This record gives sequence, structure tokens and C-alpha cells, in this order.
Amino acid sequence: MNAVVVVFPGSNCDADCFHALSEVMGSRVKFVWHKERDLPKTDVVVLPGGFSYGDYLRTGAIARFSPIMSEVRRHAEKDRPVVGICNGFQILLEAGLLPGAMLRNRSLKFSCKFVHIQVANNQTMFTKAYRKHQILKMPIAHGEGNYFCDHDTLKELREKGRIAFRYVTENGEATDRANPNGSMDNIAGIFNERKNILGMMPHPERASEGVLSSTDGQGIWESLAECVGV
Amino acid sequence: MTQFKARVYVQLKPSVLDPQGKAIEHALSALGFSAAKNVRVGKYFDLEVNADSKEAAEKRLGEMAHTLLANPVIENFSVSLDMN
Repeated sequence: MNAVVVVFPGSNCDADCFHALSEVMGSRVKFVWHKERDLPKTDVVVLPGGFSYGDYLRTGAIARFSPIMSEVRRHAEKDRPVVGICNGFQILLEAGLLPGAMLRNRSLKFSCKFVHIQVANNQTMFTKAYRKHQILKMPIAHGEGNYFCDHDTLKELREKGRIAFRYVTENGEATDRANPNGSMDNIAGIFNERKNILGMMPHPERASEGVLSSTDGQGIWESLAECVGV
Repeated sequence: MTQFKARVYVQLKPSVLDPQGKAIEHALSALGFSAAKNVRVGKYFDLEVNADSKEAAEKRLGEMAHTLLANPVIENFSVSLDMN
């Protein structure tokens, strides 16, 4: 699998994504600076976590206008996969490639801890390696992960299988206590309509090796590798 | 061309919960200012714009707010203008 990790000024999970994809998964990975106007030939584009442009104005609000984003959009229009993790998710929301917006965590605190999430749809190019309703352990690290959208959008996300992951208890209950940030319907990740764009707040790249205490994030890379054919 | 001094106000829509406003409301109440209700936090941008007319300046500012300064999914904006 060929993958590109886009680097914005302030990205800080770019090297982790690169490592998980190249060293753990054996993919061919390239970094691409946000000012580039061309994407190298690639199967997958990853928008990594971090604090692009210092989170000034709103998270992801300035990065969405980076030159490379037109190419990311074009890549997605060809039904090729794009994954946005944490700040990458926020950028996809600001760019309008995914619906909704992020608000401050309801605790007003930056939250950095392991959480449990449940696979809400395992019939996609990002999640097919997971079992139905599989519960995953992954870390989150964000101050603005409180997912918000209007009621019509939420209805559509639910009915069209566009919710990728929900925050749950260890036993798989989507309770308010299991919700680390106040997200609507415990949403931890969503897909676009054609399900070739995934945005998620938890960090699969930080849960892709045993030494990191969870390998539950690997399923995303494995699903993609299977989908694009190695 | 006239130079206008503009202020663009951006605030969360009334339907969007404002956890920051809530926390400030609680703090005010704890300090004895229990008269304070429904605290909402917003922000404003001061900028200067050159335009042919007040209407043209307002139109341009609206575009700026819609494109970048505000996120229309969660925020409303308004614009006030003064001739420099």
C-alpha cells in the first residue's frame, strides 16, 4: 500500500502515522508538505493529528485552505480513501468534506487518555478487518472533540451507516459517562456519504503496536491494505 | 475608495451549547453575581477594509465572515462599520 501523510505547520502525529504505516504495516509512505500542489501517486491520504496553525481561529480552520487540500479533495472525489485523525478530522470538517463541527470538550479540559470505542459499521474500506460491534481500546488527546451537527445530519449519519465509531464503556454501552467530550450520540468517528473519507478523534496510530499497550488501531490500516490490494 | 473600520462579531448559534459560557456563569454565581444568567462567549475581529461604498464593504465583510472568520455550522456573525 502506498500512503501519504500530509504535514501542516503544527502537525505532531505525522511521524507516528508514518511509523505505524511503514514500520508496522510495511507500507510505502511519504510525507507531503502542506504547501505542495501535487500529491505523489498514492492509495491513501492521511491527515494527521496536531495543532495545525496553532489552532488559531478554530481548529483546522486555516489548514483547510492549504494548497495541498485541493489535491486531497480531488483524491477523495476519485473515491480513494482519506483518513483524518484528531486535528485531521477537524480539518476535514472545516473543509466541508465531512458534515458537522467540533466544539470545546464539555469539561473544557484537554483530555488525554485511553478510551473504548465501538465499531458502528464494519462494512467499509476502513473497518472491514473488524468484527461487527467490536470494542476497541485507543487513546484520545484533544481539547475540541465535542462533535456537533444539526438534527437532520445526525439522522442521516445514523440511518446511512455513516457513524464509524462511538465512545462506549468497556462492555460496549454508549453511556454518557463513556462519552469523554460531550459528542452528540457518543460519536467518535464518521464517514462521508460515499464512505471513502473517515474522520475520527481517537488515535489508531498510537494503538498499532503491542508495546503501546493496544494494537486495536491496526484494523484500520489492515482494512485499507486489503481494500487497495496490498 | 474609502477606508472603513470594521468589527465582525462571531458567536455560537443559540441552539449550540456553550460550555465555556456555562462555566463562566457558574463562576459568576459562585462570586455572588447570581444576577448573571445565560452567559454566552463570543469573539470579535477588528479590521480595516477599502471599498467603494458602505454596502460594498459590508458585502465583502460578509464573505470574509462566511468563508473564514465564522463556521456557519455552529456560529452566527454580524458586522458593524465606521468610516475611517
